[in-house]
Amino acid sequence: MSERKYSLLNHELIPKHEIMSEEELKLVLKSYNIEKEQLPKIKVEDPVIKEIGAQVGEVVRITRNSQTAGEAFYYRLVIA
Amino acid sequence: MSISEATIDSMIAQLDLPKNILKTLREDALKANVTKKELEEIIERLEESYRYALVEPCEAVGVVSAQSIGEPGTQMTMRTFHYAGVAEINVTLGLPRLIEIVDARKLPSTPMMTIALEPDYATDRDKARVLAWEIEATHIDNLADITTDLANMQLIIDLNEKTLQQRSLTADEIADKIREKMDVVVTVSGNIANQIILTPNAPSYRELLQLAKNIHGITLKGIEGIKRVVIRKDGEEYTLYTEGSQLKEVLQIEGVDVTRTYTNNIEEIYSVFGIEAARNAIITEANNTLGEQGLTVDIRHIMLVADIMCCDGEVKQIGRHGISGEKASVFARAAFEVTVNHLLDAGMRGDLDELNGVTENIIVGQPIKLGTGDVHLISR
Repeated sequence: MSERKYSLLNHELIPKHEIMSEEELKLVLKSYNIEKEQLPKIKVEDPVIKEIGAQVGEVVRITRNSQTAGEAFYYRLVIA
Repeated sequence: MSISEATIDSMIAQLDLPKNILKTLREDALKANVTKKELEEIIERLEESYRYALVEPCEAVGVVSAQSIGEPGTQMTMRTFHYAGVAEINVTLGLPRLIEIVDARKLPSTPMMTIALEPDYATDRDKARVLAWEIEATHIDNLADITTDLANMQLIIDLNEKTLQQRSLTADEIADKIREKMDVVVTVSGNIANQIILTPNAPSYRELLQLAKNIHGITLKGIEGIKRVVIRKDGEEYTLYTEGSQLKEVLQIEGVDVTRTYTNNIEEIYSVFGIEAARNAIITEANNTLGEQGLTVDIRHIMLVADIMCCDGEVKQIGRHGISGEKASVFARAAFEVTVNHLLDAGMRGDLDELNGVTENIIVGQPIKLGTGDVHLISR
């Protein structure tokens, strides 16, 4: 059977993931006063990470549709 | 004198408040025709009450969550076998389901999928039906009568013409499928229509009986593990509900809407859609389970549970093999389950407990670092 191609990124359950630039990351870390290792993690083999092509050590910004806040940012460090 | 939309927008833009609040504020401000002065005062009051509503630093949110979910949990039905909800499919509800969710079980006791269809299929009942047969696992029992012919040492399969047509299968296709999966001689009968004869390679009774048993296990069409598919019309479109869950395989089928297909198996969501989707699934599943029993728990508590379960990039259970078992403190782990093992292991390894957490400080009888206990006064 031929593999059916589909994009995960449009699924209702999956919020927007985007790779952050160094500068953005610095601002975020500074505002929380933490190191990047203290962020929540996401695995490099996570299907969404594979799709957006993030590398280990990069941080992704996740724009969640929150039921309480409307929209909320969440950050995850890509780990092996 | 009321102000323009643009002025309201510019006044709201730099506020550090959640989107929901800003949206309501903007709508209400427009509706009420406020003046600039009034809006300034509204914003000031709003910020004040927002700050008041925020969780205070050092507040034990985890304990509050635990209590807030635990108390309604005591009122839940211990055992429910309902054919509740959708399409007479049996789903685990109540306390057993909630436990399943927080334990991050690999396989829920009643896996179930909701399959949304693409527009062409969603409006056409016949197309939806074809798709349903494509998904539902078809076994030989659904199609035929099987007779064991001991005299000639063979298995005779009489296929039902009508069901064959319904599921768009032919005798030849079935024969091929059996050949592919089993090591037997398959002959499609020439003179009797829709008859297949199976002869075991070695003519022994044991082989024949074994064959008669194994033939039931073969999936002739559809996806293995999907026991039943029910078509239901939700509003304008047809949706498929399945007993059994095979997310990855189902998504491969043409006509399935990849963006709206859902399963109650969180592990499967995690492996196919990733950690963020799994977090969302935990929240919806837990919230629905509680809501179905008529209990309302603030979503924030459930979100906290889902967040802690997903914060390391994989779905971890709340419990000995997950969150509670990974605590840094020996005392905190020992206080939860299998006390002696933890103390013994820690003793053998020579572990050190820094007494930073709540549990361990209660055990040794010190003030805990929570609320006012976390603040120190220094006099000079």
